[in-house]
Amino acid sequence: MSNEYRVLAGPEGYLPPAAAVMGVELPNTGDALVEGKILSDNEALHLIAEKLLSAKRPFFFPGPLLLWAWKDGVAERAQAVRELADAVGAGVIPMPDYRPKYPMINPAIEINPNHPNLTIWHNKIDVCVFVGVHCHYANVALKIIRGGTDCYTIALCGEAGHEDAMISLRDVNLAKIQELTAIVKEKKRQMAEGGK
Amino acid sequence: MQRVVSPEHLFFEAKREPVFITGSEAVREAIKRANVDMAISYPITPQSESMHLVGDIYKEGYIREYFRGENEFAVMSAVAGASMGGVRVFTATGGPGTLRAFELFSTWSGARLPIVCAFMTRGVNSPLTIQPDTIEMSYLLDTGIIMLHAENAQDLHDFLLKAFPIAEQTEVHIPVGVFADGFFVTHTRETIEVAPLDMKLPPYNPYNAPVPVMDMENVPIRQMRDPFVMKSNFVSYAAHASWQQEVMAAAERARPSISRYLGGLVEVENADADVLIVTSGTAVSISREAIQLAKQEGLSVGLVKVKCVRPFPTEEIRALTKKAKAVIVPEFNRVGWMAREIKSIIDDNAKVIGAPRVYGGMTMPAQSILAEIRRCWA
Repeated sequence: MSNEYRVLAGPEGYLPPAAAVMGVELPNTGDALVEGKILSDNEALHLIAEKLLSAKRPFFFPGPLLLWAWKDGVAERAQAVRELADAVGAGVIPMPDYRPKYPMINPAIEINPNHPNLTIWHNKIDVCVFVGVHCHYANVALKIIRGGTDCYTIALCGEAGHEDAMISLRDVNLAKIQELTAIVKEKKRQMAEGGK
Repeated sequence: MQRVVSPEHLFFEAKREPVFITGSEAVREAIKRANVDMAISYPITPQSESMHLVGDIYKEGYIREYFRGENEFAVMSAVAGASMGGVRVFTATGGPGTLRAFELFSTWSGARLPIVCAFMTRGVNSPLTIQPDTIEMSYLLDTGIIMLHAENAQDLHDFLLKAFPIAEQTEVHIPVGVFADGFFVTHTRETIEVAPLDMKLPPYNPYNAPVPVMDMENVPIRQMRDPFVMKSNFVSYAAHASWQQEVMAAAERARPSISRYLGGLVEVENADADVLIVTSGTAVSISREAIQLAKQEGLSVGLVKVKCVRPFPTEEIRALTKKAKAVIVPEFNRVGWMAREIKSIIDDNAKVIGAPRVYGGMTMPAQSILAEIRRCWA
């Protein structure tokens, strides 16, 4: 039996480990992580598109790095993510900051990295995309989601990526978001033609 | 006038000049080239001189801000604040100073702060000692910080400079402690090689951090990182647990850059020998002497110098010790934390000899290691 740790949709258990501690390593530039294994960016982009298009209730969770125009280029990236979500037909629930919401979060309209499972359960989200979330908070949330839900997690990261997501792209910029949107649109077109 | 160069150029390509200096002065030379924004000091023997010298280079314009704190706890808290504010920060302490500030080291790693701190180790006990001892490293093993252990002043200089780019990577972004055995390294003079003074590291970019800079005036940053600490419910506990896991993961992610910059987490000589010495810090230098003495007696002994204690070079040591018949672990502390670490990761741990072990300021004669080597052939 292989001891290789796979990063798969949960619920994995009471407290799943951090994938990095289980030997999953971040990919180099040009590569991506898919369920704990390194694949090319291009392969991962197609898998992301397929996952999103086959989902019943896909949602995007844009974080502060995308929601606040704190530096040049953010507004353009945010617009591109909006277009991507629209192309998929996905919902968008923002993660405007990281403060835990007490006494009660409104899971219909917001998500927080300290209890992301509440939003996923409430909205019956089966595939989610983290984008523009600071890496520490994304990893905290991705582990909680893997532990307690069956949601398939995708991270579009502007830095080095996330071992704890089921699919993780690194160095995601405007061009890569637009490339993913184009792949989604092309797959949708193919699906529509196949369905005729 | 200094110009910014890449870490790779500063570490590996720039022509180096020899200088005959103490370990404390090696700290000064490293920080001169580290493009540090802020340094905060508090004296504790045997560290005092290093931060004194860092104060001198503040006066010379190498550091943007420098002050003395009220005590070590205050210094480590102020250092945390500076780092949360998004600047590159440096400090140093040792022995009782380390313990006085202890809570802050876990706080630093928990808050994902890429602080670089030099620890000039000394004994911690009553009756009071100021002498060399690495016991504080044992206490720090599980604080979440990366721990590099210098053998000599060259290591101390190099590890400190390299600690900044290791600590500041987005996926790592936790503190790096660079440890040097007090007095043995700090107060002795040796020839080390340093890069030209007109070069320095690139500045720290806090906008690539995995957590927001703590700008309390502007969105989206008006938050603290610990509000859920007050709650007693499963959601809160799960968030805490996931948070701690992420800090441990961050240390794992440092392995590639530590290997790249330090040339591996360990350094090995004569790896195929039946008897291996595995140790760190100045015990490595004494082990080299002992190995030479053993060689004169026809005994072939290998050496594994552990440069990085956290993350621990588990796979490296498992592989290196697999065929060895005996593993000798000399240490400058009473608990033998290095021997304990090694015993915990290898299958046949009865072959680990946790000796010689000296503490309280005692020196470790090479003959005491030689005696352990001879026993392996007895």
